Amino acid sequence: MSGLDLTPASVPAPRSVRIRQHALMETRLVVRNGEQLLLALVIPLGLIVANAAVGARIGIAREPFIASVIALGLWSSGFTSPAITTAFERRYGVLERLVATPLRRADLLLGKAAMVAVVALGQAVVLGVAGLLAGWSPQPRLGSSVVAAATVVLGLVAFTGLALILAGTASAELTLGLANLVYLIGAAGGLLVPLSAFPAWGQPLLAALPTTAVAESLREWSGQAAAGPFPGWTIVVTLVWAVIVIVIARKVFRWTS
Amino acid sequence: MPAALILADVRLSLGGNVVLDSLSLSAAAGAVTAVLGPNGAGKTTMIRCCTGILVPDSGRIEVLGAVAGSAAANDRVGLMPQATGAWSGVRPSELLEYLAGLYATPLPPRQVAAALGIDAFAGTPYRRLSGGQQQLVNLAGAIIGRPELVFLDEPTAGLDPHVRRQVWALIRDLRAAGVAVVLTTHAMEEAEQLADHVVLLDHGRPVAAGTVAEVSAGRSLEQVFLELTAPDLSAGGVA
Repeated sequence: MSGLDLTPASVPAPRSVRIRQHALMETRLVVRNGEQLLLALVIPLGLIVANAAVGARIGIAREPFIASVIALGLWSSGFTSPAITTAFERRYGVLERLVATPLRRADLLLGKAAMVAVVALGQAVVLGVAGLLAGWSPQPRLGSSVVAAATVVLGLVAFTGLALILAGTASAELTLGLANLVYLIGAAGGLLVPLSAFPAWGQPLLAALPTTAVAESLREWSGQAAAGPFPGWTIVVTLVWAVIVIVIARKVFRWTS
Repeated sequence: MPAALILADVRLSLGGNVVLDSLSLSAAAGAVTAVLGPNGAGKTTMIRCCTGILVPDSGRIEVLGAVAGSAAANDRVGLMPQATGAWSGVRPSELLEYLAGLYATPLPPRQVAAALGIDAFAGTPYRRLSGGQQQLVNLAGAIIGRPELVFLDEPTAGLDPHVRRQVWALIRDLRAAGVAVVLTTHAMEEAEQLADHVVLLDHGRPVAAGTVAEVSAGRSLEQVFLELTAPDLSAGGVA
């Protein structure tokens, strides 16, 4: 005899509780994961320290660079980390297991989104404080603040949608490799390097990427002169990406590997 | 008592292979239904259809009076997957607290951990647990929400005889409490010990069904199993 009262009494917890439970679990697991921390904090902090040490000597100005590093961190938290964790959730049968619980698929996705938001916010605060300690002095204006806030939120949605497309279709190993490769490509293409530094012929292509849009909005927020085709263009770019990738993710995401 | 689970003429093909073929069975509340079959017979696929992970090409699946995979069904079932089913870095205590938190009136996680002997390794990351310990955690996760119907996919595979008997005792407790238990197994002794009703699958098709006495008809269940089923020789066949 187990001594347990096994009389059936299966009642779902309220939806807000389920989402909070899932968000807390995902956040706890990500924060404990060394590889995710490396991408989310260690590499960006290293870049801030390196910039403080030698940036002036090699011609990399502090003002746009710190904002670029924050954008790089958001890219890792919004894309790389959810892609890898979700792919392994499929591999380990976690998603299949959770289907037979009151956690709805929408609850799971909202919990994941909350995890991304919490991690991204914490990361932005840590990197921002590190930047300030390194002498960063952003000069935000109301307009650029609104644009940056909207762009970052939409950009995180787009990043996470891309992560779900990759993780929901590829094997865990392939996702691991591709997510890290795409992280590096994103870093090189418009995240760390301002749009204006690229040749004119390549700028429209780069400007159409959500990574570039997020980074440019943060650079403009920190005081860099506006770049791009029209004011608020970063919102349009990230909004279009967010809508498209969410539609695709809903169609192609598979819950089992 | 109405059936907790009904599968009626369920057919499913995956990648051009027929995995479930005219599968019909039912499982009653307060009874243990054992689904037997060799590797690749379609046992795990059947469970995946019952939880809505896979959608049959044709046929009907009713779970606790609701459509398989619907919230009304999945809210009230428990699932013990055959392999893993947990984040690699999660600790058993965290996993049980998390799963319990999805329900309004769950079993107390510490009580479940103590009853199954999980408290001895409750703080060890899941990936560092032995296969048997992982099985116990998966079993605990399946019952913590106090389900009306529980699917146990090879619940005692890899367990030593002591723990196997402990799991059998829990399954009997579930039955006594009125839970409908559907378990898959290769272990004929397990079916003989526990099952009120057995269904023997071969290549996704039921080839025998009834009580153990009815199906075995004076022979051992293993003899019947060997006579009525063929091994799946395809590598990596669907379980």
